[in-house]
Amino acid sequence: MVELNALILARIQFGFTISFHIIFPALTIGLASYLAVLEGWWLRTRKPVYQDLYHFWLKIFAINFGMGVVSGLVMAYQFGTNWSYFSAFAGGVTGPLLAYEVLTAFFLEAGFLGVMMFGWNRVGPGLHFLSTIMVAIGTLVSATWIIASNSWMHTPAGYEIVNGKVVPTDWLQVIFNPSFPYRLVHMGVAAFLATALFVAAVGAWHLLRGRQQPAIRKMFSMALWMALLVAPLQALIGDFHGLNTLKYQPAKIAAIEGHWENHDGPGMPLTLFGWPDMSREETRYAIQIPRLGGLILAHSWDGQVPGLKEFAPQDRPNATIVFWSFRTMVGLGVLMIALGVWGFYLRCRNRLYHSRAFLRFALWMGPTGIIAILAGWYTTEIGRQPWTVYGVMRTADAVSTHSALQLGISLVLFVLVYLVVFGAGIAYMMRLAKIGPILNEGKEENLGGPGQLHQPMRPLSAAPAVLEDEARNADPKN
Amino acid sequence: MGIDLPLLWAIIILFGVMMYVIMDGFDLGIGILYPFFKSKEDRDVMMNTVAPVWDGNETWLVLGGAGLLAAFPIAYAAILSAFYLPLIFMLIGLIFRGVAFEFRFKAAEHEQHFWDKAFIGGSIAATFFQGVTLGGFIHGIESVDVYTGAYTGDDILHWLTPFSVFTGLGLVAAYALLGSTWLIMKTDGELQQRMRALTRPLAWILLAVIAVLSVWTPLTHDAIAHRWFSLPNLFYFLPVPLLVALTIYHLLSTVKDAHAAPFLLTLVLIFLGYSGLGISLWPNIIPPNITIWQASSSSQSQGFALIGTLLILPVILLYTAWSYYVFRGKTRHGDGYH
Repeated sequence: MVELNALILARIQFGFTISFHIIFPALTIGLASYLAVLEGWWLRTRKPVYQDLYHFWLKIFAINFGMGVVSGLVMAYQFGTNWSYFSAFAGGVTGPLLAYEVLTAFFLEAGFLGVMMFGWNRVGPGLHFLSTIMVAIGTLVSATWIIASNSWMHTPAGYEIVNGKVVPTDWLQVIFNPSFPYRLVHMGVAAFLATALFVAAVGAWHLLRGRQQPAIRKMFSMALWMALLVAPLQALIGDFHGLNTLKYQPAKIAAIEGHWENHDGPGMPLTLFGWPDMSREETRYAIQIPRLGGLILAHSWDGQVPGLKEFAPQDRPNATIVFWSFRTMVGLGVLMIALGVWGFYLRCRNRLYHSRAFLRFALWMGPTGIIAILAGWYTTEIGRQPWTVYGVMRTADAVSTHSALQLGISLVLFVLVYLVVFGAGIAYMMRLAKIGPILNEGKEENLGGPGQLHQPMRPLSAAPAVLEDEARNADPKN
Repeated sequence: MGIDLPLLWAIIILFGVMMYVIMDGFDLGIGILYPFFKSKEDRDVMMNTVAPVWDGNETWLVLGGAGLLAAFPIAYAAILSAFYLPLIFMLIGLIFRGVAFEFRFKAAEHEQHFWDKAFIGGSIAATFFQGVTLGGFIHGIESVDVYTGAYTGDDILHWLTPFSVFTGLGLVAAYALLGSTWLIMKTDGELQQRMRALTRPLAWILLAVIAVLSVWTPLTHDAIAHRWFSLPNLFYFLPVPLLVALTIYHLLSTVKDAHAAPFLLTLVLIFLGYSGLGISLWPNIIPPNITIWQASSSSQSQGFALIGTLLILPVILLYTAWSYYVFRGKTRHGDGYH
């Protein structure tokens, strides 16, 4: 039984708060770019379907963005409240990166978000499109800085330690540290993929209810093109990322593979399933394919990678967890590739919008992008343990000296508040998704225009507060 | 190196925090004023005056935190871990009120009252605990390791003193006044008249708060008393209370019919109080005795972050101003409901 000391409580709290947080920026990144594409196509083609989709997804984006902002605010302060030794030790590197994130991304998003959400008729179409693009760029820039900082904690570079504190010596090396490009691309693509799966699921839900409308078909089709294109690409990027991890964090790879020791002779086998047992130092019930592990990881028939026993027990990450979180991510990835390919096959046969089996599959795949992101995040972060800054600062030395009582209070509060607040938010997002796009065919004036309003309303207030009314308008059967 | 980087960074962070106090001050103030306005329509208008800009307002708080971590990591570690509980309570308040902006308008009618309460409770809690933290900060942080910035005290309620509770309540009054004068500027008709009526007592309350703090602070903090009352400082600081009195006088005389003046005068008032605070604590970043130079990160860290800040901050101010300009003018009752 693990003792609930301050360190464990601080780690649980960090894991809990960031697990909630990471969902929202991932969807924000994907949706912001999607909105920019929709508005761009609308301006180009003037087809109302794009405008309808824009207004529909903007509402969901707005809720998601709000949740991302408040959960992110918690993250920005948690480094100081819970991990003060880490902040004092490495703040010289992580602080400026975070400051650049705020300066180049947060303000950009915040400044243009208001215009994007409420300025449809207060500024011209060009300026409005510019605002959407700025918000989309802001989300990507934000991810870049935060991943630079996180990557530096995995593969620190460009620094020296002076008087027990990290001092940057080369900012280019700090930012473009060895794992940064892989993490950035892997996470960025994950955000697009997760958003595509979410959009596809919403489309599938409406198609299953017989709403064969152009807007719904359009978003379903766009999302499946995205999945077809990006899911296989993501597998390839993941492979490169894995090779990079093997080079810089071999203990993590050994834990992911449930690989304890090297044997002489043939290459390392690939363990498909099993139960890595940390105390017995073996992977029980292992189902293995000979040589495949070496082939994948070392790209050689006789390939070997270091086993967990080559690391001191106190330097090993928890193999049981990362073994399974990794397999969750990869398994879902395979299903995503299957979704894209199956969709392409149906599209060629003109059955994309009609195959009920496929539509149901697409519906169930809706949350898998998010689940895969979380599983991947656990793999990489738990696999980093017991280090906060890999090889430089241990997690046990990073935590503030708070009593378990104080951390316990805050943890309970966060769990309660997050479940209520974000539970409600996700329910609102789902409710909006169920209503679907409102088919104005581009004719109806959007509220918030000059002479009509001097101040814009919230997005949904464009249709009055009662959602049920909107549902009736949206559903052609009524 | 001839540039005093810690000094520049202290100025940037002071500026960032002041922007935060002013801007999030008036939108938090709206939540504090909500209980006085029961009708849904009034509340809609009040919220809509800040809906397009509140997110940007709150970003200044994140800039303050990030700037502190970048330039003074020891102070960031010490302040955030010393005021652990009040800051957690503040964050939770900000969570509730931040999502209320989105959720309130998306909730079915029978659920809306919940997000109204979340907006009120969150705004009051966030403001009160900011004020409590401020009071505790003025009081100073004992048990700080100047080398690691670690807060090693074991009393988890050390921040809870009569003084800090008073500063917490004082900040609620200050933000409420910012909110009511902002709404005088942004609304008209009956709502505006009621805001005008509310502003008078709020101004008097804030004057009382300032007066009490001006006496209480030096009485209990010798270093601050020394700073204020030694010569020639006394002569430099003497105009401050006179300016406060003058500003309140103008505020009370313009509140009858002016639109923008009461808000601008409240900003002056907040600025005076804020500068008084700065004068009292300078150059300590962890009161009572750790200075900005002692808590500094390396010049490599401060220099790198400074370049970006000096280049980007003016651009941010420009497009923030543009965004306020796009949403200028009065917000009206019933707009958008037809």
